[in-house]
Amino acid sequence: MTQYLLSIYQPDGPAPDPEFLEPVMRDVETWNREVRAANAWVFSGGLHPASTSTVLRVKDGDELMTDGPFTEGKEHLGGFTVISAPDLDAALGWARKLAAATTLPIEVRPLFDDADGSCEGS
Amino acid sequence: MIERIYREEYGRAVAVLTRVFGDIDIAEEAVQEAFAAAVQRWPHDGLPPSPAGWIITTARNRAVDRLRRESKRTERHIAAMSLDAAAPTETEAEANAEEGPVQDDRLRMIFTCCHPSLAPNVQVALTLRLLGGLTTAEIAHAFVVSEATMAQRLVRAKGKIRAARIPYRVPFEADLPDRVGGVLRTLYLIFNEGYTASAGDRLVRDDLCAEAIRLARLLAQLMPDEPEVLGLLGLMLLIDSRRAARTTADGELVVLAEQDRRLWDRKLIEEGHRIVRACLRRDRPGPYQLQAAINAVHADAPAAEETDWRQILALYDQLLRFTPTPVVALHRAVALAEVEGPAAALAVVEAPDVAGPMARQHLLHAVRADLLRRSGRPAEAADAYRAALDRADNAAERTFLEGRLADLHPSIG
Repeated sequence: MTQYLLSIYQPDGPAPDPEFLEPVMRDVETWNREVRAANAWVFSGGLHPASTSTVLRVKDGDELMTDGPFTEGKEHLGGFTVISAPDLDAALGWARKLAAATTLPIEVRPLFDDADGSCEGS
Repeated sequence: MIERIYREEYGRAVAVLTRVFGDIDIAEEAVQEAFAAAVQRWPHDGLPPSPAGWIITTARNRAVDRLRRESKRTERHIAAMSLDAAAPTETEAEANAEEGPVQDDRLRMIFTCCHPSLAPNVQVALTLRLLGGLTTAEIAHAFVVSEATMAQRLVRAKGKIRAARIPYRVPFEADLPDRVGGVLRTLYLIFNEGYTASAGDRLVRDDLCAEAIRLARLLAQLMPDEPEVLGLLGLMLLIDSRRAARTTADGELVVLAEQDRRLWDRKLIEEGHRIVRACLRRDRPGPYQLQAAINAVHADAPAAEETDWRQILALYDQLLRFTPTPVVALHRAVALAEVEGPAAALAVVEAPDVAGPMARQHLLHAVRADLLRRSGRPAEAADAYRAALDRADNAAERTFLEGRLADLHPSIG
């Protein structure tokens, strides 16, 4: 089994109207129940807007702190779920459902595992 | 001799070894070593009874030796091998037995190389490398990028396959139509790159067409129940049959209507026709089958004037229902002009749903120019030819358009 990070990308700006949001939240809840029932769920979290973030850099002992987010753009990470799946097709299956539920693009990215050698013990 | 076997058997051997060892890099290295050994031994010992079996067995043994040496990875891979390949096969007979599931392995490999999570140009490169056995240098040459760029593209792609666990299997039934569609698109992309020659040298490009046809043949063999696979094979064969007539000795483009049809390859046409007939009998039409049928109608006409345009138009009507795109509408307009005259076709070409999205394509302007010329509107035709020229980068196509524009000039003075 490989773990995959499913990142949900959200447009910046005010939250959508409740009429729009309500069915979305319901669908996401259904998805959450399904992933857990299938024993594929590992971890997840929702994030406050990107404007609440802070970026810290340390170079030669000096610290530089800036107002976030790290990347420029009109869309930022809004939430994430880590799932466990036998292969990419299975992970994409979950992502497809999540994209439909959230109406947002989902990035699927594999996490290192033991077989990846280069990150043993992490 | 070895070179021919290499081309034919490389993909097969890599596919088998990838299944056994679960890693494309290990498979590729081992198969390359096996071929290097073959180059050394076959000239002295003679060709083994089953060259493919010999290559696979040798590669497998090399890979096992290598994994034993590399202590760091040993445990895991030896463990994996004890599941898949408990007894190393040493004899020719056993090696031949290995060819049983071989076809499935190549099918697995095609679906891995053409996985939709990989970019189209990456799918093309992987397919040519892993199934076609083309070298990185050859692929780089064909796509006019540096060898380093192509090498990096391939390394990255294989890294993604490994890390993201892009599966090595034929997709599940429910996903199959979409996934087969993706494979066909990639093969057609390879063929078109060879055929339309946006750049690069002629020989390499003919090679791409041949490779696309070879892979389509393989896919048709492996998936005999998919009519669209046959359709694509038929389409490529029929288009390729016109290769010799399509350019002059100096590489100038000759349009279909002006081609010397005696130069068309009858054998390819016959095979293409057989395939189109087989598709018609099955009666499960799709875009590739319809395009093949359109090309079959062209191939039937002994002279351009004898083309059955009504039938072609009917086929385009069907194609447009499957793929209602401006490109198909534009091609249909060309057939419409032959059946109903240029005015009817101009109306289609100038309609916003075609002219809008295709405004930047030279083809739209070239078709429109031709229709205007035939409508007796040479000044507007000249403008349209110029618009087409502004947007065409292929040298052969530019020469053709310039020729057409020059032909107009006397009449517009």
